Amino acid sequence: MSRAIEVQGLVRDFAGTRALDGVNLAVPTGQVLGLLGPNGAGKTTVVRTLATLLAPTAGQAWVGGFDVVREAARVREIIGLTGQYASVDEKLTGRENLILIGRLLGLKRAQARGRADALLADFALDEARHRLAKTYSGGMRRRLDLAASLVGRPRILFLDEPSTGLDPRARRDLWHRVRQLQADGTTVLLTTQYLEEADALADSIVVLDQGRVIAEGTAAQLKARIGARTLYVTVADPALAARAAERITTVAGVQAQVDGEQISAPVQDPGLLPVVLRALDEAGIEVSELGLRGASLDDVFLALTGHCGRPRPGEAEDVA
Amino acid sequence: MNGLRQTLTLAWRSLVQVRRNPWELGDYSIQPILFLVLFLYVFGGAIAGSPDDYLEFVLPGVIVMNMLFVTVYVGHGLNTDLTRGVFDRFRALPIPRSAPLAGRILADVVKQALCIALLLAVGYLLGFRLATSFVHLLGMIVLVLVFALAFSWVMVLVGVMARDPEHVQLFGFTALFPLTFVSSAFVPVETMPEWLQGFVYANPVSLLADAARALMNGGPAATPALGSLLWALGIALVFAPLSVYALNRRLARG
Repeated sequence: MSRAIEVQGLVRDFAGTRALDGVNLAVPTGQVLGLLGPNGAGKTTVVRTLATLLAPTAGQAWVGGFDVVREAARVREIIGLTGQYASVDEKLTGRENLILIGRLLGLKRAQARGRADALLADFALDEARHRLAKTYSGGMRRRLDLAASLVGRPRILFLDEPSTGLDPRARRDLWHRVRQLQADGTTVLLTTQYLEEADALADSIVVLDQGRVIAEGTAAQLKARIGARTLYVTVADPALAARAAERITTVAGVQAQVDGEQISAPVQDPGLLPVVLRALDEAGIEVSELGLRGASLDDVFLALTGHCGRPRPGEAEDVA
Repeated sequence: MNGLRQTLTLAWRSLVQVRRNPWELGDYSIQPILFLVLFLYVFGGAIAGSPDDYLEFVLPGVIVMNMLFVTVYVGHGLNTDLTRGVFDRFRALPIPRSAPLAGRILADVVKQALCIALLLAVGYLLGFRLATSFVHLLGMIVLVLVFALAFSWVMVLVGVMARDPEHVQLFGFTALFPLTFVSSAFVPVETMPEWLQGFVYANPVSLLADAARALMNGGPAATPALGSLLWALGIALVFAPLSVYALNRRLARG
């Protein structure tokens, strides 16, 4: 299987800070790769490098077989980019935005209009076509942004946090469109902070943290590795939390973490629940709350790195 | 030429923006007319004895002032594109690197020409009559446009350096107000205190206003016109490379 995107040892420094520290990636043609990570992990830097907007400090990357530095102009001919913030011209109508891109890509006037109208219909923006983009809702704007990156029928599409700021319905709609693109054979690299999203869309997932790839595989493989669910127990007496964690570690066979009076542990088998309860009861530890929840990104990060995945202060690189 | 078509497309985009947005249209149409009418009827009597006598003095001044103010929108528009991600979208397209900036500046020249035409038309309605020739008038228009083209680079730099579009306007107008008012654009220089006159004579806005006035009303135009052109050249030579350098730095920063 040929590779649409390949990244080797990618390093990028910003004013003394290392944003990417030797990233390796490969996306087979026609597949969707989910780049998962918290704010500041370097996701946007990867996308911007692959979209030829940023030169790497070291390492190499190829998109569609073209080197992103030496053959940047060729790369731009085959890619589409939808950024973290909907980058449409607010002072133009939806239709004018799409015509503008079509004309810049070398379409004749009539062709550009035809393509714009087809995309507007496709993205349910027909009725708003003659309204200024600044009057669009967040979801409409994102659809227009996505439509704009599809004007040139790109073979490879970059979606940088496409669902950030969207309500659940708009998010479902976006997912549906990404699946359609995938069915049409487009290679997609999408970044996200949500495991759920990567799970829903991606053929494979790469987890990025502090500029490094810390895990990769299919959603199923990742979940198997970190535990599909998180067991959490709240003890009535916080002083007993450490002892409770010890007991849980022993019976569940995984490392339990203590946070105040709450103990959590990644688990596979829901059958552990009564076992844990019995073990704590036998140890004389009173439990005030006990349950299982689906693995969140926080759990993934906790399991993979031992630290929480939430953005750390002073690291706003992905926002830029 | 491949880059030309894309530059024209991007210039079209800047012009359509104006047509679509009433406020922006007002900035290019109502604002210059307002300047002219206010200056004429509020200050005309005090400065020249009557508004009618002031018209031939102030019309060239308002044309120059409005030209400078309009350049602020070059920086404003560029900063909007940079902060809203539109510039990145353009950069990820297979178009020449210079097209977005060139398109914006080209559109600005068109807007400037339309503003000058509008002011001349309103001036005519208010009673202005050309004392020189059509060729002189054309010379005035070209001179003001050339200066606008050069001065746009200052605002490109402001647009690149500013954090957001509001700061571009704030800085732009704050710098331009003293520059235009402490010049010969609206008032005879002799009436100002002596310590100020030195600055007024050195101010390129004075040279440009004097040149425009001479080309419309008669009088020696060659010296101030040449001075204005030299200033324009100097400004472009300093600010064009500086702006491009600052832009590349901002883009490389991520």
